[in-house]
Amino acid sequence: MRIERRLRQPRWLMFAVPAGSLVFAFFATGLVLYATGHDAISSYRQIVDAAFLNSGALGQTLTQATPLGFTGLAAAAAFRMRLFNIGAEGQLFMGAITADAAGLYFGGAGWPTPLVIFAMVVAGCAGGAAWALIPGALRAFFKTNEIITSLMLNYVAAYVLTYLVFNTESYWRQTTGFNASVFPTSKTIPNAAIWPGWHIFPLGSGIAVLVAFLLWFLFTRTRFGFEAQVLGDSPRAAQYAGMRTRRKILAVMGISGAVAGLGGASQVGDFAHMLDADPNGLQKQFYGYTGIVVAALARYNPLAVVIVAFLIGALQNAGNTLQGADFPSGLVGVMQGIILFSALGGELLVRYRVRLGRAMPATEAA
Amino acid sequence: MNNSLLVVVLASGVAYGTPLLYGALGELLAERSGVLNLGVEGMMLVGAVMGFWTVQRLHTDTALSLAAAVGVAAIAGMAMAAIHAFLVITLRASQIVSGLALTIFAGAAGLSSYLGNDLNLADNPARHAFSAAVFPTSMQRWPVVGPIIFGQNVLVYASWVCVVGVSLYLSRTRPGLNVRAVGEAPASADAMGINVTAYRYAHTLAGGAFAGVAGATFTLAITPQWVTGITGGAGWIAIALVIFAFWRPALCLVGAYFFGALQALSPQLQARGINLGPTELWANSLPYVMTVVVLVFVSASGARRRLGAPASLGLPYVREER
Repeated sequence: MRIERRLRQPRWLMFAVPAGSLVFAFFATGLVLYATGHDAISSYRQIVDAAFLNSGALGQTLTQATPLGFTGLAAAAAFRMRLFNIGAEGQLFMGAITADAAGLYFGGAGWPTPLVIFAMVVAGCAGGAAWALIPGALRAFFKTNEIITSLMLNYVAAYVLTYLVFNTESYWRQTTGFNASVFPTSKTIPNAAIWPGWHIFPLGSGIAVLVAFLLWFLFTRTRFGFEAQVLGDSPRAAQYAGMRTRRKILAVMGISGAVAGLGGASQVGDFAHMLDADPNGLQKQFYGYTGIVVAALARYNPLAVVIVAFLIGALQNAGNTLQGADFPSGLVGVMQGIILFSALGGELLVRYRVRLGRAMPATEAA
Repeated sequence: MNNSLLVVVLASGVAYGTPLLYGALGELLAERSGVLNLGVEGMMLVGAVMGFWTVQRLHTDTALSLAAAVGVAAIAGMAMAAIHAFLVITLRASQIVSGLALTIFAGAAGLSSYLGNDLNLADNPARHAFSAAVFPTSMQRWPVVGPIIFGQNVLVYASWVCVVGVSLYLSRTRPGLNVRAVGEAPASADAMGINVTAYRYAHTLAGGAFAGVAGATFTLAITPQWVTGITGGAGWIAIALVIFAFWRPALCLVGAYFFGALQALSPQLQARGINLGPTELWANSLPYVMTVVVLVFVSASGARRRLGAPASLGLPYVREER
């Protein structure tokens, strides 16, 4: 058996591989369930019920899918340029912190709702972008590996988030009232800062779709996107062509962080209506890391991210709802892992051709 | 004197630092061969849960069941590492995404939690645990060195042997030098007749074994029980530690105890009513911030090679495309 590089990647494989990964993952997870003495069919039926069919299930799926959409888009934007920003987690926290502050401040100042929402969106983007620009600038100016730095800053952001509400009497913390004296909690944002929804669709889900279209346009239809692509594929070629590497790194990291920060703003405005700083709350959802799963499965295509985020969100929702005696906990993580493993393995089929038989004569191979 | 802040913090720093040290040594072996494995947290958790399971279900005397538990933890960690190795070495997948996938697959919301629940491990404390009574009590009462050096459990002493072993292996043995060649310049190593694939597999698996033992340190020594996500991010600190230690085993030991001591510092300061500003914030974030700072130094031009970052870290080796 030989593996050789494909000169052209057929289009149908781009769809077949992710779809095949999903099918394979369901099959492999079924084996895990079977091996540990569970009924795979009934577990899957429970997942489908909890994710889509039960009353209110779709709404909860959207609640999970919305942040995954943002973090997935953040990862897709950066990974396209081979900038491995795995700091969406921390950038989302930072966006939540700044957006919450904006909501508290402008909502409290009596601004009308649309303006407050706009302020929260801007603040969330700014918070996330600022946090992403730390690894971005280190990469641009010192060539520091952004994988590890962005990852490390996730933890710092998590500690900052917890600290603001639990260990200090900051602007974000609720300091008056009975509840606040029993257990540290954050202030609830004023009504003017609460994002309106349309039926089961939170405002954030609409914004995520809009951002997906914007990113798709940016990366496939503009000079900026083309240059980012070239820089990712061949930094040297980009340099010879006179593209500005540093600027592009900063811009792409900034965009990636801003999108993740927007996810944080949506967490505050759409769902929590406060700063969820509990280490067992938002921080246990791992939206940032799961967003990378979403982006990888979508092959870093922003439009595909929207669809994948919905599916993975459904899975996540099922995992959250179904925790109990008759549903094995941890199953959702196992499934996500297997989906991603098979998508990664399938990537080989996209890039390479697997041939059975002996090697070709040397003249042809050259 | 043995109750002074410094001694108490250093003594618990050694205890807390031990899983970091095992995890970092394993990651160091993998990275020296050119494979970045971001799945340490997941491998640790699976090692932790399987080691704990062994102790609960194996009905023999303490020493034997603990030894078996460490062995099972190592095998479990290795099994997790094998997935990563197959994906990134044989299938040439992205090491970053694959490592993260491993953490999601095996981590706090994945396989380790699944196994912990399925095997009903959360209810009881460990039947056997590593005790700190290796040396006689009189020795443990010696000033300063008593609690720090003689008041630890067997896993701590074993980790010192591992540091010396890994250090000698990498600097004094033929296979160790070959690993470094594979991590620096796989094409040249291949031309020398070194089997790059075999070396990368072996060291990624060894890394998994170390991570498994690191996890068992939590469930069998530090807090002898099973709680979902018991490692609490130690796997990520271990990855940071490898960079912090410039890919050198001996420096891993220093860094592990330093990071461990930082973990112990905040509760100790609180218990003694000492106020050093927002301790929870800076003591907890310091390992991560310092790693970022060190990384900036490491990546500054010229320093990178001198400090020891393997040149081909993170890159797949494809013979046809060298």
